[in-house]
Amino acid sequence: MTLLSVTTWVDARGLSCPMPIVKTAQAIKTIASGDLIEVLATDPGSVKDFAAWSRTTGNDLVEQSSDGGVYRFVLRRK
Amino acid sequence: MDEPLSLVLFSGTDDKLQAAAVLTAGAAALGKPVNVFLQYWALDAFRADRIAADHGLAPEAGAEGRLAVDGLRAAGQATWAETLRQAKELGGVDIEACSLSMDLLHLEPSDLDPLVDGVEGVTAFYLNAGEGQVVFI
Repeated sequence: MTLLSVTTWVDARGLSCPMPIVKTAQAIKTIASGDLIEVLATDPGSVKDFAAWSRTTGNDLVEQSSDGGVYRFVLRRK
Repeated sequence: MDEPLSLVLFSGTDDKLQAAAVLTAGAAALGKPVNVFLQYWALDAFRADRIAADHGLAPEAGAEGRLAVDGLRAAGQATWAETLRQAKELGGVDIEACSLSMDLLHLEPSDLDPLVDGVEGVTAFYLNAGEGQVVFI
């Protein structure tokens, strides 16, 4: 298992679409290229949204998981 | 993603404005420029003294729709104005009032909420829309 060093977190639990992506897009601007951001969300649409956002913006989705209705995404800034 | 998304907002009910705000914020998060053009009742909803008021829902919502919308709000959903503020924070979002609608409603730029960047005519709107999609709400 790769050891990921996350520097910034976004707690988007309870937020409805499109706020998890909006908060992440805001937060990723504050970190350096190559740094990691971890997002927690409960919006079920976020699974497809984060995949699409990653593909379009070029910020890699390096890890994702879900646990009891909470979705976790780790992205690396382009 | 260089072509902008252009949204023409005509309806001034909270549900349609919420849908428009979600489309705006989603596009802004993808780095897509967004032009929002406010006409008629949508422009009225952006008056500084009314933006936080209850603007009702589209007729098809009915009583059941009202309950659903209230439920989402009670669960903490951001208002359409707040969603637009967040979208503007991401950059690339320009909100313009239609000059004809300004005349219709007897409004001055100072009557509008600071979310609105300026006043323009339909020609400027089309110029900015370029070859990008135009959506009417």
